[in-house]
Amino acid sequence: MSLKSYIALFLFVLLGFAGVWRLQKCIDAQQSAVANEDDQVMLRSSKLVKGLSLEYAPLVADIYWTRVVQYFGNKQAGKQLDLRLLWPLLDVTSVLDPHLMPVYDFGSTFLSDAPPRGAGRPDLAVELIERGLRANPDEWRLYYDLGFVYYFDMKDYAKASEALYEGSKNPKALIWMKTMAAKIAAEGNSPETSNFLWQDVYNTTKDALVKQNALRHLQLLRAEEDLKQIDALADEYQKRFGRRPVRMRELVQSGLLRGEPVDGLGYPYILSEDGKAELNLKTPLRDKWIKAPASK
Amino acid sequence: MAGIDLFGVYRKNESMAEPAIDIENLTKDYPHGFLQLRKRRSLESLTMQVQVGEVFGFLGPNGAGKSTTIKLLMRLIFPTAGSARILGKPISDIEMHRDIGYLPEQPYFYDYLTAAEVLDYFARFHDFAAAERRERVQRMLKKVGLESAGRIQLRKYSKGMLQRVGLAQAILHDPAVVVLDEPMSGLDPVGRREVRDIILELKKQGKTVLFSTHILSDAEMLCDRVGVIVGGKLQGVGAPSELVGLKAQGMEILFELPAGGESGDLLAQATRTGDRYRLQVEESGLYAAMQRLQAAGAKILSVAQVKPSLEEYFMHLMAADRAQAAAVEVRAK
Amino acid sequence: MTRVGTVALNTFREAVRDRVLYNLVFFALVMMAAAILVGQISVNIEQIVIVTLGLSAISIIGLLISLFIGVGLVSKEIDKRTLYALLAKPLRRWEFILGKFAGLSLTLAVNTVAMSAGLFLALFYVKHSIERADTAVLVAVYFILLKLALVVALAMLFSCFTTPLLAILFTAGLYIAGLFVHEMRNMQPNTIDPALGGFLRGISYVLPNFENFDVMGAAAHGRVISGMLIAQNTVYAALYCAIVLAVAMAIFSQRNLK
Repeated sequence: MSLKSYIALFLFVLLGFAGVWRLQKCIDAQQSAVANEDDQVMLRSSKLVKGLSLEYAPLVADIYWTRVVQYFGNKQAGKQLDLRLLWPLLDVTSVLDPHLMPVYDFGSTFLSDAPPRGAGRPDLAVELIERGLRANPDEWRLYYDLGFVYYFDMKDYAKASEALYEGSKNPKALIWMKTMAAKIAAEGNSPETSNFLWQDVYNTTKDALVKQNALRHLQLLRAEEDLKQIDALADEYQKRFGRRPVRMRELVQSGLLRGEPVDGLGYPYILSEDGKAELNLKTPLRDKWIKAPASK
Repeated sequence: MAGIDLFGVYRKNESMAEPAIDIENLTKDYPHGFLQLRKRRSLESLTMQVQVGEVFGFLGPNGAGKSTTIKLLMRLIFPTAGSARILGKPISDIEMHRDIGYLPEQPYFYDYLTAAEVLDYFARFHDFAAAERRERVQRMLKKVGLESAGRIQLRKYSKGMLQRVGLAQAILHDPAVVVLDEPMSGLDPVGRREVRDIILELKKQGKTVLFSTHILSDAEMLCDRVGVIVGGKLQGVGAPSELVGLKAQGMEILFELPAGGESGDLLAQATRTGDRYRLQVEESGLYAAMQRLQAAGAKILSVAQVKPSLEEYFMHLMAADRAQAAAVEVRAK
Repeated sequence: MTRVGTVALNTFREAVRDRVLYNLVFFALVMMAAAILVGQISVNIEQIVIVTLGLSAISIIGLLISLFIGVGLVSKEIDKRTLYALLAKPLRRWEFILGKFAGLSLTLAVNTVAMSAGLFLALFYVKHSIERADTAVLVAVYFILLKLALVVALAMLFSCFTTPLLAILFTAGLYIAGLFVHEMRNMQPNTIDPALGGFLRGISYVLPNFENFDVMGAAAHGRVISGMLIAQNTVYAALYCAIVLAVAMAIFSQRNLK
């Protein structure tokens, strides 16, 4: 071929790909409008997928797992509230390869966590983990996850204690699981316990999303502690001045606080109308926070 | 250029007219070896002309470069160096293909088609009107003797039949130049005779025919000139009868001698099989020998020329070629 | 141009006479029947099952044909030397490539239409009516055709310079890669090295994006597919095929035939 033809071909290919690039962007815009709800219509049936995978089930599981991570990442980034598809994806993945441990780890956190961070279905999380235990009875970490879900999300302290106790029987388990089982059985919910558990997750997990989630929980626990202390100061204020403070500044001016306190993310705490300490309206921690019921 | 001067007379290209096929310094290297780094030269600086209206035989042992040359002419492969023209146009001119016909070596066609369909398919590239195309296809089928098999799928054809289909598609469009790569291969004597007849007919129509073969007798019978190629190099071009080294080495007399006939020195030279004897003599001494044998009561069965086989001839050429290459090396040192 | 047409029609004829094709089409029709049975399980999802299973069958079979026969288009002619006599005709090499492509595309179109007819029959049998919304299925079928044309072009490209086996592997690999373009583009920044992520993002725009043609969800639920998308996908497929074929033609025109 002559040099001229080569150059012509090269230019054509170059221009062609430029066109392709541009077109693809347009198509993407179109597609995001269309594709929202129906990701993967048919392949929700775990039995069907298992059947279709033939002997490549573990491979398909891996593919599904990457889809889970991407899906979840997308949903987080796109700030969509609907996590309906998380369970089916995890369901299929765990059926395809019951030994894929990250699935249970991930699932236990994000299925049970309340929206918008998670799907808000701790019951499904329990089901997932129990499935994992049936397939991997030696995996003490699953008991750990189970204990977590019962403790934090289902607030069933009896079962949480049981789970941790079962897990602690495994010689490879974390040392503290047995004592923690006992503590929870005795005390139920306590900030110490919660703090300890989340700190453990934060230190040991390798999954970036899970780690971030744990950090949030730790910050929230710290914030709750702070709020309690502020409340105590507010009570003191009431004793001194006969009314509850309505602004944080008042507490500072009265000398009870040295400066306006802020939460772990840098947002200052505020006081509600009836003088109770609260999280700042804008802080992301507010997502997870449940207002303490009036204790007095 | 020619390694050995094969012909008694060194002939220059005497005709001034434009040759039908004009090859100049055509060279072809193939990459080979590990990672395709080394080169194997399968054709070296071939310069050759085929005149309009002549039948030209391309002779040589297997692997000498005959097919390579033809494929280069047909643009199936591309030259490393050199050029060629057919009917005055460069071989890169695809329109020129309207005037040439080609029969590939060991042809194979679409086996799910019938002969008529294959010919029709090929004919469509030549811009005939539908009626003319149909007529030509029928005529060709008849010419190569495939009329009755025209409706059978090619997968059921014998090798000889396939060869005939190949020939048909090569001449269907009445080309001025016909190039045949080993047209006789795989044919039984009847088939070969038919192909020979077709080639002679083409010559009578004034067409130029170039064909490659390693069967000398075919070349002798059909060709105006032959070109001999050995080891990728053209050894010489000329009329077949002039090939040095293939001149008759004498005559052979085949005779029977009934028992009790006079034995003589002649018999001692003859080889015997049962009652039959073969005796080789110089051409000059033929008549005298025959007289003596007749006088001895022998019954003469036949008299024929003795020629070396083409195989021996090629071996001789290749040895000479190697000797020359060695000599060149020595000189270079 | 009629030379291209001649090659195309001959390729079509070859495909038609190749009995393998009939078996595949038969298989597809069996799938449709199976879909009807499967759909009986739950009344409301009949339509969804038939459409998704049917489209999947059409797609998979079409892909197999495009891949295996597409690769064979060139390599078979070279192996069997049918090409030799052909190229001695006044036929340019690029016309040959184009004709082969057109011929197989035509074959695929006919096959796909036949199988879709079966699909629509099954749909009609189950619903006893055909609604406007079912045009989405037609669009889905059209998109499958676009996708198949692109696969054929890729298969031909690879078969022009590698062995048939490698050509199949490369084409299949590109197809699979083209299905995960979305993933490539949305890699989480904290899961992988940013440079690699950027590189993957860039590549994801250049790779043939087969996800574009996937509208099975919409078709199954009878949702309308925008004309804009149809136009864009058509142009995308045409443009990409043109690029691939141009390169294939260039490579083939330089190739020494052994």
